Amino acid sequence: MDFTFDNNIPIYIQLLEYMKIYLISGVFKAGDKLPSVRDFANTFKVNPNTMQKALAELESMKLIYTERTNGKFVTKDEKLIEKLKDEYAMTLAKSYFDGMKKIGLGKADSIKYLERINN
Amino acid sequence: MNLVEIKHVSKSFDKKKILDDVNLKIPSGKIIGLLGKNGAGKSTLIKLINGLLTPSEGEILFKGKPIGVYSKANISYLPERTYLDKSMKVKDVIEYFAEFYENFDTECAYTLLKDLKLDAEKRIIKMSKGMQEKLQLILVMSRDAELYILDEPLSGVDPATRDYIIDTILSNFKEGSSIIISTHLISDIERILDEVVFIDEGKIVLASSADDLRNKEKSSIDEAFRRMFKC
Repeated sequence: MDFTFDNNIPIYIQLLEYMKIYLISGVFKAGDKLPSVRDFANTFKVNPNTMQKALAELESMKLIYTERTNGKFVTKDEKLIEKLKDEYAMTLAKSYFDGMKKIGLGKADSIKYLERINN
Repeated sequence: MNLVEIKHVSKSFDKKKILDDVNLKIPSGKIIGLLGKNGAGKSTLIKLINGLLTPSEGEILFKGKPIGVYSKANISYLPERTYLDKSMKVKDVIEYFAEFYENFDTECAYTLLKDLKLDAEKRIIKMSKGMQEKLQLILVMSRDAELYILDEPLSGVDPATRDYIIDTILSNFKEGSSIIISTHLISDIERILDEVVFIDEGKIVLASSADDLRNKEKSSIDEAFRRMFKC
């Protein structure tokens, strides 16, 4: 898979987003061992220093942790990942309603549109 | 630790000052973009670090020592123009480099040749410009150096080849070593840079972390550069 980056936004922030989606969608599950910084950098085709910065950020958010000699792991706290998922979904929902608002549609109408895209 | 320290360096040709009191520290373990317009002084600065020119004033230190035998053995340099004998075959050039540089890794060179789909039996003169650029990069990146200096590695090649070149630079970025890339094709390369240095009319006008600059300017490095040097 090819990852694209927007040069207008700090690269580590975009990496952080990709990583959050990995955690939310369960590509890496609670307690899983993560690939090395180098491996991640190769996958995303980014500078390993930038990858390291994104992982450090995830670590400061307690979403991942480092075991001294074993490398990095996803947090064992599933609630934390649930919370991340909830926040992320909320952001997506909000941006949908914001977009609808711009074209003059309120919440009730917006929900009707959502229901129409069931299949 | 700083790999290179440039202290109050000026360089004049005849009476014209090409570099004017340049102060710069190149840390180890980073990819640094040396960005400037044509004629800003990028190549002159690079030639000074490589010891191909000597400063008119000031000094340059590589790991605390003046530029000399040690620095030359540990800096791998991709010049702006090719110096290869074009009648040679690729495999002969590789042998030549292996003979010349103690830290040249022939196996690495052949792996890269394969990755970039170059034929070792081919004569350089028969290769396209993009293929020649790739070959030069392979030769430079196959040395186990502490500092790689790439002067305009992307110029004159198509966007697809540029991506190949950038990927090759990244995947050969060894832990603890640094890479200086000079270019005016900023948008192609900026995503891999740790630090950016803007040079204009022989002076360093900005040195910053790439992501800090994006945050501060709320734009890409390319855009920030264009704004700063608008004619």
